[in-house]
Amino acid sequence: MRPRPSLVLDSVLDVVLRTALLFSLFLLFAGHNSPGGGFVGGLTAAAALVLRFVAGGVPAVDELVPLRESRFLGGGLLLAALTGFGGWVWNDAFLGSAKVEQVVPALGTLKFTTALPFDIGVYLVVVGLVLAILRALGPDADDDTTTPPPAGEPTEVAS
Amino acid sequence: MVLFAVLVWHLVVALAAGLLGRRMGRSVLLLGALAPAVALAASVALTGGALEGEVLRTSLAWVPGMDLTIELALDGFALLFWWVISGIGVLVMLYASRYFGQRDDLGRFTALLVTFAGAMLLLTSSDNVLGLFVAWELTSITSYLLIGFEDDKAAARSSALQALLVTGAGGLALLGGLVLLAQAAGTYQLSALLEAAPGGVAAEVGLALVLLGAMTKSAQVPFHFWLPGAMSAPTPVSAYLHSATMVKAGIYLLARFAPAFAPEVAWWTPTLLAVGGVTMLLGGYRALHATDLKALLAYGTVSQLGFIVLLVGHGDPEMLFAGVAVLVAHALFKATLFLSVGVVDHQAHTRDLRRLDGVGRALPVTAVAATIATASMAGVIPLLGFVSKEAALEAAIHLDSGTVLVAALITVGSVLTTAYGIRFVWGAFLRKPAGSHPEPVTAADVPAPKRSFEAPAALLAGLTVVLGPLLAPVDALVSLGATSLEPAADEFHLLLWHGFGPSLYLSLTALAGGYLLYRLPRLVTAAGRVTSRAPDMLDVYAAALRGLNRSADRTVSVVQPGSLPVYLGIILLTAVVLPLPMLLSAGAPQIAEFADSPIQVVVVGLVMAAALGAALVRRRLSAVLLLGGVGFSVAVLFVLQGAPDLALTQLLVETLSLGIFVLVLRRLPEEFEASTWRFGNGLRVAVSATVGVFVAGFALIAAGGRTGGTNAAEFLARAEPDGGGKNVVNVILTDFRALDTLGEITVLLVAAIGVVAIVRGGRDDDQGVDLEPPTAGDPASGDPASGDPTAGDPASGDPTAGDPAAADVPEEVAR
Repeated sequence: MRPRPSLVLDSVLDVVLRTALLFSLFLLFAGHNSPGGGFVGGLTAAAALVLRFVAGGVPAVDELVPLRESRFLGGGLLLAALTGFGGWVWNDAFLGSAKVEQVVPALGTLKFTTALPFDIGVYLVVVGLVLAILRALGPDADDDTTTPPPAGEPTEVAS
Repeated sequence: MVLFAVLVWHLVVALAAGLLGRRMGRSVLLLGALAPAVALAASVALTGGALEGEVLRTSLAWVPGMDLTIELALDGFALLFWWVISGIGVLVMLYASRYFGQRDDLGRFTALLVTFAGAMLLLTSSDNVLGLFVAWELTSITSYLLIGFEDDKAAARSSALQALLVTGAGGLALLGGLVLLAQAAGTYQLSALLEAAPGGVAAEVGLALVLLGAMTKSAQVPFHFWLPGAMSAPTPVSAYLHSATMVKAGIYLLARFAPAFAPEVAWWTPTLLAVGGVTMLLGGYRALHATDLKALLAYGTVSQLGFIVLLVGHGDPEMLFAGVAVLVAHALFKATLFLSVGVVDHQAHTRDLRRLDGVGRALPVTAVAATIATASMAGVIPLLGFVSKEAALEAAIHLDSGTVLVAALITVGSVLTTAYGIRFVWGAFLRKPAGSHPEPVTAADVPAPKRSFEAPAALLAGLTVVLGPLLAPVDALVSLGATSLEPAADEFHLLLWHGFGPSLYLSLTALAGGYLLYRLPRLVTAAGRVTSRAPDMLDVYAAALRGLNRSADRTVSVVQPGSLPVYLGIILLTAVVLPLPMLLSAGAPQIAEFADSPIQVVVVGLVMAAALGAALVRRRLSAVLLLGGVGFSVAVLFVLQGAPDLALTQLLVETLSLGIFVLVLRRLPEEFEASTWRFGNGLRVAVSATVGVFVAGFALIAAGGRTGGTNAAEFLARAEPDGGGKNVVNVILTDFRALDTLGEITVLLVAAIGVVAIVRGGRDDDQGVDLEPPTAGDPASGDPASGDPTAGDPASGDPTAGDPAAADVPEEVAR
């Protein structure tokens, strides 16, 4: 049941993929003031991954994201929790947020809150979850002519 | 603040050791030694103030909203423990750096040992019962991980589990007991609770539970059996956790509680007298029969712990004082003995005292150190063990009631101690008659150990010798500890020479009796016949575990039949039935307005059509697509209501769900199956209709049933000034309700692990759960961190491999 190569899909994919990933980052960073945020951004990136999977299967996803999903899941949760502890240390409350204003040459005034690293953590966890699902459930669709089945995987899959 | 700094320092060192372990090799243990070294320095620095009666207190508001505070208080008794924990900790770390061969999991070992030391320091200095409990559990968990450190051995794993189950169950009892007592006293502060000493049924039940917890931790009968099993741990762990510190946690608790509760609660003193006495005798008796040197010492530890429980649990000030003295003496001599056994084991590759034949000649330093420690344990003049035992006998003689019983118990216990002490020295170091074992290990087979490997034991043995005649420092520390528990204990002092009196005669009797018992083991065969009738606690434990597994199997087979429709039906019906009474009492719904705009009607029509279609189609894929149609239509509704954030999220979630559904659908038949049961389909329709009607009614009633205002206005007003963002939804998620979000992403992580586990677990059984994708192009996928840390390192020099004494360790309990 491997998706047949489709000319339309392949040509559109490159453009859409980049746009979607960039847009997910935009949603992540703009989220505190306009619609968006870590969760929505993460979902957008995840949707892009699903698209990549539909077009190329798990190998294509692995090529796009050469990191293990555990890095995303663990790193995201750790980042969010550390932000919380930061709030505890500097702001007297676990997860208490603080505003930072910094003048950066050539960019102007950069304003953000400690909610941002927290949101990045959420983003990473969402991406990690979808990555885990794709890699766990996806491989059965690959036919064994393009990629050798990974060790421990059954070669025959009932469909 | 000093106290916090010391505890945080342990955490930092533990983390550093865990991270650097692979790179540093054995020297990571020296890094680990920095943690207890700092604690020791702090203890030394704080002793001056403590001697003047100062109690160092610090507190940190943890969750102010729930009155949760981390409270630390270092009184004399806590300080005494800090001395023992940190002093022996330093020596054990140094020792361990020579004990282990080169292996790459020493970082983990060091991190665990340092964490344990920190937890133990926290346990003894926490003035909040909940903080104490957390530290208590932390010691149980680190003990579990350390006992099972050689995790490629089934025996180590099963005895680690056994220790965890016993001490964990005790921990639960302790938590219940502490909460009951704290509620009765109206405070969670330990010192205030002890001062209040609440009475009443609830408080007494709580006290009994606390007692139970202390008994499991300190290996008292009938929970003693986990301690000999725990000897599968590497010897530094046995020396540190299972003789000097962790097993004293129960005693720590009893010593704190006894002065407050012994006079108030009638059953307290007799119970502890019985528990301590039986444990002392049983442990000593078992030690006479052990053939594994570590098991012998473990039973000896059980016996000594019983002795200390008998003393500190009594409630009499002088007994308490003597108990504290024995505690210190025991920490010194028992740690020495364990460290010595480690040297023997490491050099001779066996701990079987039947095989060891005259090894003492090859290990003179260790042999002398162990002999001194044994002499101290048996109470030979003028060692520290003798002084503390004299104090105990004096205290027993001065008791108002039960003098004869207590003195007799102590004397008989000492007879046994002397006997198994001699057996230990004979077994470990002396020559055996020729031909007593087919494969003896003689002095010629044993290479000389490094000086630095033998040094810690020698140092501790030296302390035992020096501190006997030069009593002042020990006396000051013991007196300080006992007085902080019970002010009336300040009149007692350790004496090397009490003069010719009953206590000296009893001591001498014990020595002579012990020698006789060692020479004539037939003297105890009668006792053996009696105890062989009593059920072996190991069998009881195994039977209990089997019973638990069986009943769990039975429960699971009833509540988890494996039918998804049944699960779903039960969940849905529960959701309907439980809120129903409340909903019915709320009265009829008030419908204010049919619709805001015509377009809403159109979109809702779409939702309904798609939902109906999803219920009717036979193909799974069509159903999923129609379900997606429901979701996308709802997203449009959100847009119409002016909630772009919600709409965006809904849209994305729907898209993703569709994609993932397709992944799952490939594994399922193309079409839905009808229920095989005759009424199945009708029942499904009925359940669905009920749920639908209920949810609709619920939404209508709940929307009209709001009585208080909402938080919306407040959140809107606070979003920008407090949260620093214009998007209220995001500010709520990342600031106002950030803790919820943190919880939710934790759930996501658990879900990811669950998905991977279920999919992989179903696919190949031998690999089990593994989060790493086998196809990932990660260059670091060969990272050995994910592999088995101990396998494939034959050079790790496991000293217990092939040891026949491993038979002493219980078999893994079969299901």
